[in-house]
Amino acid sequence: MSDEPKVIDARNTFCPGPLMELIAQMKQAEVGEELELLSTDKGSVEDVPEWINKVGHEVVSNEEKDGVWHIRVRKLK
Amino acid sequence: MSQRISIVCVSGTREKLQMAAMMASVAAAGGDEVTVFFSMNALLYFVKGRDEAAPAEGEMGSLMARKNVPPFKQLFEQAAELGDAKLFPCSMAMDVLGVGSEELDDVMQPALGLTRFLSDAEGGQIVTF
Repeated sequence: MSDEPKVIDARNTFCPGPLMELIAQMKQAEVGEELELLSTDKGSVEDVPEWINKVGHEVVSNEEKDGVWHIRVRKLK
Repeated sequence: MSQRISIVCVSGTREKLQMAAMMASVAAAGGDEVTVFFSMNALLYFVKGRDEAAPAEGEMGSLMARKNVPPFKQLFEQAAELGDAKLFPCSMAMDVLGVGSEELDDVMQPALGLTRFLSDAEGGQIVTF
């Protein structure tokens, strides 16, 4: 699974928009697949990893570039 | 730990419907067992063909209308689709309005009475908006 992750562009949408967009894509993803969420909503930066941990997936990385957070996650089950 | 949350939507204002929809969608997507019961003015927005916008209660409601906030109906639908939340119309409110199940949005479950709602909600949390 070294392919570039599928990017979900949720910039400029507010809570819980980015989370819901990610969840919709996670449902369709394969186990082991990585997804990258782009968000400008600061609340989602905390909320998305919280959800990922709660439901048992993995946060691969979470970094800000020019005001946009790139949250990379891996589907584990 | 997943929990059982019963949300009661009464108010028809944008802020309250928005908050209820956010809670329903996030809780349901996180694995909680979510039931939403719509009565009073909150039910009006789920009658087919009624597309009026929910009035803002104050500043936040007006701001949300201008910014890119996901609409509450979309969030309730996502709660049902992604998190298996059950959305119930109040049978009393339907009687007062004079609408049947087929006149409500498809996302709505069959009509539910208060007695049944309360017995289903027993032991879980009830949040009212």
